[in-house]
Amino acid sequence: MYDDEQKLLAAAKELVHQGIRVKDVFSPFPIHGLDPIIGVKRTRLAIASFMYATGGTTLALLGMWYFMIHDWPMNIGGKPSFSLIQNLPAFVPVTFEFSVFCAAHGMAITYMIRNKTLPGMPACNPDPRTTDDKFVLEIAASQNHDHDVENLEAALKQTDLMELSIKELA
Amino acid sequence: MHKEAAIREPLILGHKTYNDITNDVVGPIEGPAPMGWKILISITGLISLYGIGCIMYLIGTGIGVWGLNKTVGWAWDITNFVWWVGIGHAGTLISAVLLLFRQKWRMAINRSAEAMTIFAVIMAAMFPGIHMGRIWVGYWVFPLPNQFGSLWVNFNSPLLWDVFAISTYFSVSLVFWYIGLIPDFATIRDRMIKPLPKKIYSILSFGWSGRAKNWTRFEEVSLVLAGIATPLVFSVHSIVSMDFATSVVPGWHTTIFPPYFVSGAVFSGFAMVLTLMLIMRKTMKLEAYVHVKHVEYMNIVIIVTGSIVGVAYLTELFMSWYSGVEYESYAFINRFSGPYAWSYWIMMTCNVISPQLMWFKKLRRSLTFTFVLTIFVNIGMWFERYVIIVTSIHRDYNPSSWGEFHATFIDIGVFVGTIGIFLTLFLLFARFFPVLALNELKTILKSSGESYKSDSEH
Repeated sequence: MYDDEQKLLAAAKELVHQGIRVKDVFSPFPIHGLDPIIGVKRTRLAIASFMYATGGTTLALLGMWYFMIHDWPMNIGGKPSFSLIQNLPAFVPVTFEFSVFCAAHGMAITYMIRNKTLPGMPACNPDPRTTDDKFVLEIAASQNHDHDVENLEAALKQTDLMELSIKELA
Repeated sequence: MHKEAAIREPLILGHKTYNDITNDVVGPIEGPAPMGWKILISITGLISLYGIGCIMYLIGTGIGVWGLNKTVGWAWDITNFVWWVGIGHAGTLISAVLLLFRQKWRMAINRSAEAMTIFAVIMAAMFPGIHMGRIWVGYWVFPLPNQFGSLWVNFNSPLLWDVFAISTYFSVSLVFWYIGLIPDFATIRDRMIKPLPKKIYSILSFGWSGRAKNWTRFEEVSLVLAGIATPLVFSVHSIVSMDFATSVVPGWHTTIFPPYFVSGAVFSGFAMVLTLMLIMRKTMKLEAYVHVKHVEYMNIVIIVTGSIVGVAYLTELFMSWYSGVEYESYAFINRFSGPYAWSYWIMMTCNVISPQLMWFKKLRRSLTFTFVLTIFVNIGMWFERYVIIVTSIHRDYNPSSWGEFHATFIDIGVFVGTIGIFLTLFLLFARFFPVLALNELKTILKSSGESYKSDSEH
């Protein structure tokens, strides 16, 4: 556990340099520049959001074609009602709104599921202070077979840490 | 780490640590409710009850209890609708547009501005609902198969676009707001000692743990949501303005309506944010986070949007003459000299003249002056919608059907009631929710905090 994100960043750099795998980091806010060091890949949520948006666009256009052109064309002030292309300008606002609707909600739901943050889920941060002002760097011995526990402990003590706790996991 | 110029004013004053930020924001939630809050919420609660009573009476009796008549079929209801939607524009603008522009000062105000947005949009959405008269068939606005041979809703109509725009705007703002709240609820959850609040906040926080990967996703989601919310903000009020602009009523049938309405919305939204923030920073002791510099930035936005609105008023006036259309020019002559001239001149004074005072640095950095001015802007923007709606339709093409509108006590009761409900919701928010975006403020503490800035100079 560290009391400053810069100390944690330096420590993570040092540990990775020694070939130790960092399992996870728990922090009260995003630490910029940490992801490439501990090997967290870029998220693909933006791509997912784009796909949801495309889905929304298609669905909106298909729906409006069915309601307004195919199923029950209405003559409103003599405006074209028998062709989707000619009526398209009037359909732009709803198409846009519905695409945004799908993109935003689709992405938000994906985000919740991927993060495993849903109503009623248990929290699994190791220490309650990590949502306030402390930063935890987690190393699992099971992921670092080339280093024994004493070795890991010594490497951690070299860094500018505040607390160290060793847990035996079943 | 990101560095910031030393001459830039710090955004967080005093010698704060991460823990201080948590204490300052979460502290008021943990303690007992202050007396002032109890008094305020009792008052706003009573006003809300009165408003709800008026709405029940309205629904039970019919919209004839409003002062509407055959000529003036839209008056306070739609004025209030547009006013509330406009107020609802600042929150998402602050959190989405300013996020894209990487404006760090937004972090102190975005949480409460977004809460305000959501509550204002709820108030706005209520008006078209009760204006339908038969609210129990309100679901007819959605394209649902029905027993009339499947007669669908009209997708050519701006009124239907509005249904989609407002519901999208409301739900997307809500999601954006909540995603930002999750990590802060987790902070409260981990501090709470009493079992019941702890349980509630732990449900609200969805089990947030703050893993590195979670934060990466969090930042990506915030950025992408900001990216898609930005055109959404502009589209919503554009569509609201098309409710008027696509009609053939002189005074409504104007192509400058969309940009003019959007800047008017931002103008009134910022005014309302300032009104509420100036009270909140004082009562909740947030002076270190929301201080003169933030107020000045917001006042600059008010000058810009207020000037756009002023130019739009003058353009409208000029075009009504330049177009050579008799009906169009009469509509505008009638506005500034007809029976509703008083409302036109209130609008002009509050929206065009008063924001220009903000060019003086002393005035825009004065909190008292800003507070008074924002009240003026709120009033002025309500009258803008009143002028556009009522003065345009009370005298139309056919002089034999000219008429006037007089508000009834139900008109007033419903409007005042929505202000009461809005303030009640906002007070509840201020009491139980983290009013500042904790996780975002902590990221800027080292680049924009006063103590870190002064340390780095030596």
